[in-house]
This record gives sequence, C-alpha cells and structure tokens, in this order.
Amino acid sequence: MLEFRKDLFADERDDNLHEIGQPTQRQDMLGHVTGTSPYYDDHRFANLLHLKILRSPHAHARIRSIDDSAAARAPGVKRIIRAADVPVNLNTLLSLIQFGKDDEPSLASDVVRYKGEPILGIVATSERAALEAMALVRISYDQLPAVFDVEEAIKPGAVSVNPAYPKNTFEYYNKYDHQKLRYGDAEAAFAQADVVLDERYQMSPIEHAPTETNGSIAVPDTNGRFIVYTSTQALFFSLDTSAKINAVPSNQLHFIGGTVGGGFGGKVDTMTEPLAILAARLTGAPVRYRFSRHEEMQFGSPRGGERIYIKDGIMRDGRIIARKVRAYFDSGAYTRLSSYAVVKCAAHIPGPYTIPNVSADVYCVFTNRTPATAMRGFGVTALDFALECQMDKGATAIGMDPLEYRILNAYRDGDMKAHRREAKNCALIECAQVAAEKANWPLREEFRRMSSRQGGGAARAGATIDRTRAPAPATPARAPATVPQRISYERPTPGAPPPYTAPPAPPPRSVPPPPATPAGSTHGAPRFSSVFGTRRR
Amino acid sequence: MAKHRGRGVATINYPIGMNLGGDPSQALVHSNPTGKFTVALSSIDLGQGMKSVTRQICAETLGVPVEDVYVDTADSDTGPHCMGSFASRGTHRVGNAVMVAAREARAVMMEAAAEELEVDPGDLETDGKGSIRVKGAPHRSISVRDVAIAAQFRQGKTISGRGIFLVPLSDVDPETGEMSPATCYAHACLIAEVEVDDETGDVAVLKMTSAYEIGRALNPKLVEQQLVGGAWMGMSHALYETPEPYYPDTREGPRDFNEYLMPGPGDICPHDIVVLERPAPDGPYGAKGPGEMCANPVLPAVANAIFNAVGVRIDELPITPEKVLRALKARGGAQPARTR
Repeated sequence: MLEFRKDLFADERDDNLHEIGQPTQRQDMLGHVTGTSPYYDDHRFANLLHLKILRSPHAHARIRSIDDSAAARAPGVKRIIRAADVPVNLNTLLSLIQFGKDDEPSLASDVVRYKGEPILGIVATSERAALEAMALVRISYDQLPAVFDVEEAIKPGAVSVNPAYPKNTFEYYNKYDHQKLRYGDAEAAFAQADVVLDERYQMSPIEHAPTETNGSIAVPDTNGRFIVYTSTQALFFSLDTSAKINAVPSNQLHFIGGTVGGGFGGKVDTMTEPLAILAARLTGAPVRYRFSRHEEMQFGSPRGGERIYIKDGIMRDGRIIARKVRAYFDSGAYTRLSSYAVVKCAAHIPGPYTIPNVSADVYCVFTNRTPATAMRGFGVTALDFALECQMDKGATAIGMDPLEYRILNAYRDGDMKAHRREAKNCALIECAQVAAEKANWPLREEFRRMSSRQGGGAARAGATIDRTRAPAPATPARAPATVPQRISYERPTPGAPPPYTAPPAPPPRSVPPPPATPAGSTHGAPRFSSVFGTRRR
Repeated sequence: MAKHRGRGVATINYPIGMNLGGDPSQALVHSNPTGKFTVALSSIDLGQGMKSVTRQICAETLGVPVEDVYVDTADSDTGPHCMGSFASRGTHRVGNAVMVAAREARAVMMEAAAEELEVDPGDLETDGKGSIRVKGAPHRSISVRDVAIAAQFRQGKTISGRGIFLVPLSDVDPETGEMSPATCYAHACLIAEVEVDDETGDVAVLKMTSAYEIGRALNPKLVEQQLVGGAWMGMSHALYETPEPYYPDTREGPRDFNEYLMPGPGDICPHDIVVLERPAPDGPYGAKGPGEMCANPVLPAVANAIFNAVGVRIDELPITPEKVLRALKARGGAQPARTR
C-alpha cells in the first residue's frame, strides 16, 4: 500500500498541477498486455543467421592453437569469426569519453582471462547448427595460475590479470591505485572516541536476471547502412561502441530499441551488438546474437562482489566522530564500468550522516572472473549494506536505539559533507520519523521533533573533536599537483538552454571544513573525473 | 527449537544522475498539423515507465491533456542523444530535457494562438484540456487543434522545441576526493520484520514498512511499481541471490532459474509505503528518481532484523540458512534482543 504525507514540505511545493502527480496508465500498457510491444527479438527475417560464441573453459590460460577447420565445413555454418576479423579488437566501455585504457578484446586471441571469455564466433543457419559446429573446434591451452580474491590480487607477486593494468588495480590520476577521500582527521578522532568499531563486510556478486536476455539483430540496409535491433539500455552508447569496434562511421548504423525486458544495469556493456554487426557485414545477411540464459547468468557481467572494511569512532552520547572505510571492488578481468563506481562509492562515504572526520580508500581490482558491471545502485548498494549494518552495531555498542542513533547523526541542511559540499534538500530525518510512526517504532519526543531543516551547519561540522585533549598531528603538506576543486555549478554551460530553475548556489565557504582547501595554480595539473578520466587542462 | 521474530531498520540516501554529472540528454517535441504532440527521445524504457513519465512532463509543460502527447523512444535516426537509462537519471535528466523542449514548443503555440485571437501572448493561458483562452475572459478561446492548423497552414510556424539538460562535469581532487557528485539526493527509511527458524536457519521476511522521499511522485503508480519491485529485489539480494555461491571461489555457478535462487510469490510480504515529497530545486517539477535506491535499504534492514531476532550478525551476503545456522552454532544458540 502506498500513501502520501503531503503535509511534509508542503511549503516547498506547488501542488496545483494537471498531469503531474496523476496515476495515469502507462503509455505502453496496452502493447505490453496484448503482446504487441516491439522488443528487439520480435523482428522477423526470412534469411536470419545465428551467431554463437565459443567461450573459454579456463579462468586464465594461454591459447596455444585453434583448429576450426572441421567447424567451418559443418552443415549450416556460414562463417567463423576470429579475433583477427575484428577491426578494432581492443576497447574499454568508457573510451568514448576518454576514461581509462582500452583493455578488453571482443574476441581473445592469445590469452583468456576469465572462464567464459569469447574466443570464436560461429555464424550458422540455426543456433543448433552453430552449437554443433562449436563442438568440432579444437583449441589447446596452457593453463595459467589465476587469482580470484581482491586482497590476494593486490599483494606483491600476485598473478597479473590484465596487461593494461599489470598491478591488478585501476589507476586514478596517473598517480594512485585507488580513490581517496580525506576530511578532517580520522586517526586523531579515533584516539578520542569512547568506542571504536572495526568491521568487515562482503557483498555477493548478483545476476541482473532480466526476463529478456541480452541480444541484438543486425540487418544489412540499403546504401551500406545497418539497422540494429537491440536490447541496450543506452542507445548511443552502444551505437558509438559498435562503430568504434567495427571501424565504421557512426551514421552507417541505425539503432532501434527503446522497449527492453528489464535491464537493471546489465544491458549497458554492449556485449552483443558489435559482433552481430560484424557478422552481418561479413555474411551480408541479418544476424542475431542473443545470450542463452546460461550465458546471461555466468558470462553476462554481474554486479561485482565488494569487500568493505569500516572503522567507526563513537562517543557515549551517540555521536559518530570518525569513520574510516577501505573498500575493494571486484572488477573481474576487465574494467567495464567498475572504475566509475569506485568514485561514486567514495562520494557516498560516509553515508547520509554528518561525521566530522572521514577517511576512505576505494580500489578497483582485477581478478580472473567474469567482468563486473553496473547494477541498480551501482557503487552504493554494497556500501549501504555495510554502512547500515555498521550503524546498527554502533547503536548496540553504546546501548542506543538504532533509529534514534541514525536520526541523531543524520545530515541536515547546511551540514558539510565529506566530499566538501554543503548538504541541502535533506529529508532523512523525516523519512525515519514517518517510517517509525507507521511501524509503531517508539521514538523519544526529542527525536520526533528533530528536523532536516533545523540545527544543521557550523555547530555540527568539524566541532566535535576536542583539540585541547590531544593535539591532532599536523596535516601533511599536500603534493604540489593537488588540484583545488572548482564548483561545477558555477560554470555556465556553453550553448545549453538554461535549466528551469536557477542552479544551486555554491556552498558557502564560511564553514571551512578541516583541512582548508589549499590555494594554488591549477594550470597544467592533471584533472580527473569518472566520466572524462585523467587529462590535462 | 523455535522461530524468533525481530525488526531491523536502515536509513539511506541516493544520488540522482551519473556521479559527477557530465551526462546530457536531449529531447525534441513537435506538433502534428492537428495539435497532437510527439516527443522524440533516444532514451530507453526498461519497464520503469520512461515513456509515461516524460509524457506527463511534456503534457503538463505544454498545458495539453496527456492523451495528446505520444513519446517515441530509441530510434537513433530520429531521437537525439541520451546518455542512457541508468544511474537514476531518466526522470531527472530526460525529464528536464523534455521540459525545456516543451517550453520552447509551448511558446510558439501561444504565439500562434495569440495571432489567431488577436491578443498579446502574455494574456493567454492553457486550460490543460486542449484549449487556449484569454486570462479572465474564458469565452475567448481557441482549441490547440485549431492553433496547430493555423500555425502550419496559415502562419508558417513550426510548433516545436528542442531541449537538453546537462549537469556540468565536476572535477575530483585526487588527494581529498573533493567533488560535486550529484545535485540532489533521494531519501528512505525502511523497517523489516523477519522470522528466523533456529532449527533450519531459514529467514522469512514478514513485513516491510518504509518511507521514501523522492522529490515529487510524478506518477504514483509508477513510483509504487518501483518501490514494491525494488524491495523484492533487495530482499532477494539479502537472502537468496548470487551467481557465485562460494565467492571468491567461482565453482557451482547457477546456469538457469532452477539453480539461481530467488524468492517466489509465497515469499513476498506486505509492504506499507509512505511517500514524502521535498522538491529538488533542479528536478522536473521537483522530481528526483526512485529507480535504483529502493533495493538498497532492504539488505541491511533484513540483516539487522536477523540480529534483533536471534542475536547473530551475518556480514556476508547472501544470508543463507547455512550461514545463519553456523553463526547460531558459534553463538551457542539464539539470543533474541529484549526490545524489538
């Protein structure tokens, strides 16, 4: 059952609207319930060919030889696609926006780095003919040692998984093997805390399990173009990736999609389109490449396993004065999008709480497993699991109600966050109060009266360490390459229409977080973002 | 041997849009000659309701009934660029782009209507039912259909609009992680009630109660669909799912839905949801986006409820009966909390 609390924040809302807020039936409802909504695999072609992929049976091996001669002669086989047939056989998903190094082949040529890595494509008149031909391929391998545990993978001397990143960690800023977050002085605060809680959490990999598996159909069109019917979650992302791998101009590709049977993040990686297009180019016929359920479950990229260590410093009165996080994202054999999630994870630390001293190191680690990718809550779901279990343990440790403990530490308008932006438009306290009321969870009066809109700001930020008790060690001088942060919202967007309301004001600098942002020249310094990667101004 | 009940809670927030921004989306809106509007996007409807949400935003902004708007998604020849349907960005980013485009189309529509009615465009308003009228003189009105016909065949005007929305890309300080990750955040609190069987280790989720603050519920039914479905996914993450049951060991991976464990219809529990709306200053009509966050609070709430019920902490997902039994054995049996 769903109900509204329109009384809350009513003064910030205009409820005098016609269509917004109405429970209007979905535009596509009739199509969905009558089975006429056009998913990619609803398109029929008389001379359709089928692409199946021969995959590595080993987690890490050198390919000594491939003999596909019998498969090429098998009934119904139209074409074998080998690594050498792929025009640009090394790519990384975010390369279109200059983030990270090309590290993943479409078809492996010399080394396979995870069980299930594609080696050969077989194009045949039916899926069955392709699978029967696949059984005739002979490949000999030299098996190599493999590494599966993130903390084993970063030890000195560990097996190197990905030649683009030989130390098994993604590189940030051409400088670090992890993303840092530093705010205040966590170590000094731990020394003053009444309780220190140091815990370990492990997220499991998760399969997206969409009703419709990943797939696409590439169809030769007139004038040298190809129409691609696809299940992608990101049409131009997949189009541009396919154009790059096939070395064709992007306007030779006409992608049609938009109606997809569940994605949850598992249909961003463009796993089928490039090879379906290549197969259509090589055969001149329409080609379908769709994942079987087995491929989707084991070789389509999953949510990655994440290992997270959290250390909290807590006072008897319930205030959390320090939080330190060390997290490892298991990217599998290639980068895909895990490097991006690491930065998002760091931005999310320490959760929706105002904690004056925060330190975090987040790693993107390569192992010999199926590459991980985005999934609903990317970079945040596992962290929220760890943070909220940690919050419960903290409340238990000091004998406080777990919901009151959260309300006490919840961020409020005007508080400074660990990534050095002022919190605004907060509503965590109100959610806690409303859920408690609805579930008959008893809250004391003072906690029922707290508000996200009151009491935030200077008094709560950076003021909870008694510096007279034990002087904190001096903050080490920062490297000259350090880039002071510009506030992005201050920048105009060239050529873009103005947003419909004024952009948020920059955070007031009257509440300087410890340590203060250094001044200095930014010219020539490397800058980095999870979208555009490392580059020079 | 007994069944023990317990309650657990989690409070979370979630950033809207791609981390650090830099993820644009575009929209095109145009009218046909009889006043019906098409929105052209390359955004994807994954089942979340992308077409419906953008349709309502377009209708509201144009001031026409929702039936007079049709959203066409995902043809790269006709739909302008969109970064993609992920990162809880559809409602916020694409919705904003549609608003910008619809505003531009509306301005032309009002100019054309003003010319037909021989008044100043500033004196006109839409009634949301398919007509444009003079403020304070509702008898002086013209239908959107007649305005479109006049614009197309007599005035030579195109009732159309272009929109883009971009949160500019933020830098990141390599040393401190200083950055602008998102412009707005949604919020939630979820309370889960579980029953733990200390003989089998089986955990049943009996009830969930939640409060979600999502800026503005553009369509309450679509919001409910996300929040109910997301909670089911969260419960499944907490107790059942993984393609690598012995992680980090890769053996025994499931190959199909017979081997991949998920809760069935009988495992789904009642879920009471309360929606709060604190509009995001830069959201379309204040909307944020509930898509991703709604799985997240369930995982820790269930883990915390198990602790409340039997006194053991399971810090590795999924929380299988085997893990519960091993933890109970190490703990010397169930030790329910005093308060729950």
